[in-house]
Amino acid sequence: MSAHATSTYVPKSRIAKWFESRLPLVGLVHSSFIAYPVPRNLNYFWTFGAILSAFLGIQIITGVWLAMHYDPSAANAFESVEHIMRDVNYGWLLRYAHANGASMFFLAVYMHIFRNLYYGSYKAPREVLYLLGVIIYLLMMATAFLGYTLPWGQMSFWGATVITNILAAIPIVGDSIQSLLWGGYSVGNPTINRFFSLHYLLPWMIAGVVVLHVWALHVTGQNNPAGIPIKSSKDAVPFTPYATIKDVFATVAFMIIFAWFIFYQPNYLGHADNYVPANASVTPAHIVPEWYFLPFYAILRAVPDKLGGVVLMFGAVAILAFAPWLDTSRVRSTNYRPVYKVFFWLFVANAILLGWLGAKPPEGGYVIVGRICTIYYFAHFLLVMPLCGLFETPKPLPGSILETVTGPRHTANEGLTAGVPVENANKNIPGGAKPDAVKSH
Amino acid sequence: MMRYPTLLAAAFVAVLGIGPVAAEEHGTNPPRQHWSFAGVFGKFDEAQLQRGFQVYKEVCSSCHSMKLVRFRNLSEEGGPGFSAAQVKALAESYQIKDENDKGDVIERPGRPADAFPPLHPNEKAAAAAHGGKAPPDFSVLAKARTYERGFPAFVFDALPFTGYSEQGVDYIHALMIGYGDPPEGKEVPDGVYYNKYYPQGQVIAMPPPLSDGAVTYAKNDKGEPVVPETVDQYARDVAAFMAWAAEPHMMARKALGFQVILFLIVLSGLLYYVKKQIWKRIGGEVHGLQPELHKTS
Repeated sequence: MSAHATSTYVPKSRIAKWFESRLPLVGLVHSSFIAYPVPRNLNYFWTFGAILSAFLGIQIITGVWLAMHYDPSAANAFESVEHIMRDVNYGWLLRYAHANGASMFFLAVYMHIFRNLYYGSYKAPREVLYLLGVIIYLLMMATAFLGYTLPWGQMSFWGATVITNILAAIPIVGDSIQSLLWGGYSVGNPTINRFFSLHYLLPWMIAGVVVLHVWALHVTGQNNPAGIPIKSSKDAVPFTPYATIKDVFATVAFMIIFAWFIFYQPNYLGHADNYVPANASVTPAHIVPEWYFLPFYAILRAVPDKLGGVVLMFGAVAILAFAPWLDTSRVRSTNYRPVYKVFFWLFVANAILLGWLGAKPPEGGYVIVGRICTIYYFAHFLLVMPLCGLFETPKPLPGSILETVTGPRHTANEGLTAGVPVENANKNIPGGAKPDAVKSH
Repeated sequence: MMRYPTLLAAAFVAVLGIGPVAAEEHGTNPPRQHWSFAGVFGKFDEAQLQRGFQVYKEVCSSCHSMKLVRFRNLSEEGGPGFSAAQVKALAESYQIKDENDKGDVIERPGRPADAFPPLHPNEKAAAAAHGGKAPPDFSVLAKARTYERGFPAFVFDALPFTGYSEQGVDYIHALMIGYGDPPEGKEVPDGVYYNKYYPQGQVIAMPPPLSDGAVTYAKNDKGEPVVPETVDQYARDVAAFMAWAAEPHMMARKALGFQVILFLIVLSGLLYYVKKQIWKRIGGEVHGLQPELHKTS
């Protein structure tokens, strides 16, 4: 936390001085969210961190309220959810906000991951920051899956059955994991009890890792669309008011989409089958996960072997963690990588296609296309990322962040500084003042 | 309103060659109906909900329960708009299982706070009484049924102006009018009925429940019928009633949503202006991928 030691916060009142000398909490907040230098060329893709924080808060608050009315038992869960919808004051709003909030959370996290991959934010020195993000994503997936089982509709029940069954494919420990999750010999009352408990637990773990994620961010500083570090005070603006107002605006604008779904399409992102109470003796025609899991579901089903499918499905998430070392290019931003840029958009299109295939029945042509897409997904990480960096000639990088804002003709004199002292900017961002290693390309 | 997306959808399907899977296997897609409660400003039609309830009570309720709906709901705002007295009388016409102070199981007349009683003591008894499969409960059925819209129609279904969330209601209406003679060559086993909108093999165990004139609707002041007493009209009315039963707060939801979204649009407009003003101090900012600034050669 050495970066925060250089806070410019000076307590004024006697009480503030007394408190700050005992716990420099205000100084920590000041250095992280007020004086913190932000690259001045950030675009709106950099507002998804704030949007995600907002959604973590929304999910926790609506979730805590829902838990006051929800009954996590196989016999009563479905009816208790309908009790929330019908009899609890604004219960319909709480539930629809929570259900659609999960989807919006994933929409935002996918934008966040897209930004990270496109602008090479995962590269040195932000590897740990990035790995913490992958852990958050994994925790989010677990939380969302557990949450979707709680209304105890048909899709809840059969989704839980499918996922716990695939865990049983893990050699040696698989069966134990499965019976531990079930609490018996099939999905039943003990299962929904423990899933509810875990669904309440994991968001706090997410919140904890988010603190580490933000901490790591504030040590290394933010990446930016040019992918070059802050070199002078003219490259940066203080977090408040510049980033604060932009984040607030983007968050409120994103809430319009959220509100649209809550109020006018509340069930669009769900499944009609989940309004049928869970029934162990009737299997739905198509068991389909929520939209945000579809690409991974497609990968699972593309493999003819059960264990192989499980390995590839988890591998598809795990491989993200290796991106910083698989990518051999030292140029961060894809804007300056003409060859990789083509492959990158192919990767995005491929991921969307996998999502579409995940919603289709696993038969005929869908399986064949699914296999090709699965191979391409892994090839992007295992072949494109290492090879592109070796053979590609990147475009020349701009001299400074300021240059990307004002254009290369203009010199630093013309750019108005927002008043971050140079020493401060550089101290807060280790490596910020060092010559850019990327330039040598 | 749907003309353009539908055409576009057809074009896409034609170009990509991803035709819908054979209709015979999965049932025909229900014809889309006009519903007063569809869209951003949609409202339930009280008279229609009352007629729909009449159809439910006189016809459907002999086999289909509605356990999650309470009698009082029928007089609550945004619903069929029965009076409190009507609801009290209706509730009293039902016998509800309860316990007395000595712990004996008794039957007493219903109260507005009671839910519609189940028709059978449990699911197994309901199944046994109906040839092996319990008729589904009506409470959330309008949300529990849907049909596949395919790409790209499903994208337009989510959007303002082209939005569509009445798939379940359309399906219920369609199912009621979908009975008829099977096409040539289609084998229909004994005890089940051909219904072109039923997804599982187009044969359904439920006999055609409605027939023209089966329910007598209230007449207007001049003694003339307000709506035709046909299967199509009954189907429409009962489907609308089921839409309300599945989502009794829908009108409150849509009304609040309009205020919330309007507020958010105004607030984000103001915030955007504030942001502009703040960034002006340092000469503004650039957006997007900034391609023109990256042409450094």
